[in-house]
Formats: sequence, structure tokens, C-alpha cells
Amino acid sequence: MDPHGAAATGARSKRRGWLSVGATLSAGSDRIVHAADAPSYLEVTGNEIVFILIGVITLGAALLCVTSGNVVRAALWLVVALGGLAGLYLVLTAELVAIVQLLIYVGAVVVLLLFGLMVTRAPIGLQLDLNTPNRPIAIITALAAFGLLVAALVDAFRFAYLDLGGSGQGSAESIGAALFGSWVLPFEVLSILLLAALIGAIAITRRDVGARGRR
Amino acid sequence: MHLLYPLIVSAGLFSIGLYGLLARRNLVLVLMSVELMLAAVSLNLVAFDVWLADVMRSGQVLTLMVIAIAAAEVGLGLAIVLQLFRQRATSAIDDLDTLTEPR
Repeated sequence: MDPHGAAATGARSKRRGWLSVGATLSAGSDRIVHAADAPSYLEVTGNEIVFILIGVITLGAALLCVTSGNVVRAALWLVVALGGLAGLYLVLTAELVAIVQLLIYVGAVVVLLLFGLMVTRAPIGLQLDLNTPNRPIAIITALAAFGLLVAALVDAFRFAYLDLGGSGQGSAESIGAALFGSWVLPFEVLSILLLAALIGAIAITRRDVGARGRR
Repeated sequence: MHLLYPLIVSAGLFSIGLYGLLARRNLVLVLMSVELMLAAVSLNLVAFDVWLADVMRSGQVLTLMVIAIAAAEVGLGLAIVLQLFRQRATSAIDDLDTLTEPR
């Protein structure tokens, strides 16, 4: 065999190995991973249109959140981004996750962040020094990460197709059964973690515990 | 729906969070960027869960756990920020450089 042919075969088998990750994942089910079975990207379905619209809103709000010159507005743009993410979960038929996302992120985490801004006396108005001097490096890093991720994802999952055919996959009943069936031990461990975080947060912020001699 | 759409939105959210993490000066804004990156991971988990149609619902259950852990992380992070603000009277990460090497 000539060396060129051997090299080409090697490259091809390496390429097949890269793609075979998807093939292994799909074994034993009817998920679409091959070019011949996947619908074209030109046939846009209603789901995809809604997903793209909410996705653009989410990404725009996230971008405004990290570039806004006003800390309170940044927090409010974060509300829009996380609410849009709940909409994306709904389009992906993950109803329970969408509602939990709205309750915990929009209802609790952002309020906590706003309190954090208030107790650190962040100026409410426009603030010009919100970015560090290494902003160009941050832009380059983020763009490089995005390019790398998109290139890898397009290469690996070009033909993957989601069937959103209403299987009840994300309903409260099905998630609840999974959570309190096979996932019950991690769930309980998580509640201990939450308790530890609660006590830790109180212990850190109280003035009268720890390091008494210093004051 | 093509799996690529959620994956690319997720990659965009992650990169935006990465930018905010590196470029922001206020500690609370850095925490917000971390939240964006966690949200990107959650979107990935949900998309792959729907794609794989897993019997144990691993992706969505893990998303719920990520949301709970993010809440705990924000609580602890803000407690640390508050304590730092009490001790140093600042929440700008540029000023917190006691651990850097002298130049």
C-alpha cells in the first residue's frame, strides 16, 4: 500500500471515530444522526422560529447585561436574559425546569443580586469605570471561545435532530418520578448542601462570630 | 428542531458570560456573569436530555440541581462580597490585590 493511501485511510478512520461518538449515543433508538435522515436547515419549523426569536432576545439581553454602564440596569437585563431562557426551556418541552427557572432565578437570585448591589453601595447612576483595563483581552477570549465552540458543535452535531413530539418528557409528573425515584439520594445530599450554604452565609456575614479579638 | 440551535445559543451565552467575567470590575457584576455561564450549561443539559430521551431524565434533573447550586453559590458569594466590603470598603476586584506579587 502506498503511504499516501495509508495516510488518507488513517485520516478518514480518525474522522469516523470523531463522528462515532454520536453514533454510539444513538444506538438502540430512533434518534436522527445521519445526513440522509435529517431534515434540511432550509425547512424551518414553527418551533425553530420561536426558538430563534427567543434565543436572539436572550442573547441580546445577556450582551446588554455584561456591557451596560449602569449596575441596576445590568441586573434588570439579567432578568430578561434568564426569563428568555425559561422561554427556551418551554420550547424544548421542559416545562417544570422552565417554571423552576422563573421562580428561583428571576424570583430569588436576581433579587439577591440587587440586594448585593445595594449593600455594597453601588452607585445607581451611570458609571464609566465598570470595566477593567483588560477588556480587549476579554473580547478576544470570548470571541475565540465562541468560534471554537461553534466549530466543534457544528462538526459534531450537524445532523442531530430533536423530536419535540409531545412525549411528556419534561412534565412535572415525569420529572418528579425521576427525581424521587432514581435521583433521591443526590436530591437529599443537595438539601444538605443548601443548609450548609445557608449556615455558611450567615456565619460569614455576622459581625459577632469568629475573629473576635481583632475588633 | 435541529439540536444545533440550542447548542449555539448556549455557546453564545457562555461566551458572553466569559467576557463579563473577565471584563467587569464590580464583584456583583462578575457574579452575574457567572450566572450567565451556568445558564448556558443548563440549556445544554436540557437540550441533550430532550435529544437523548433519557429514561432517568438525567439532563433535566441535573438542571434542577444546577439551579439549586447556583442559588447557594450566589448566597455565599454575596456573603463574601458583603464581608469584603465591610473590611475594605470596596467591591472593585482591581483593588483587591493583596495576594499579587509585588511589581
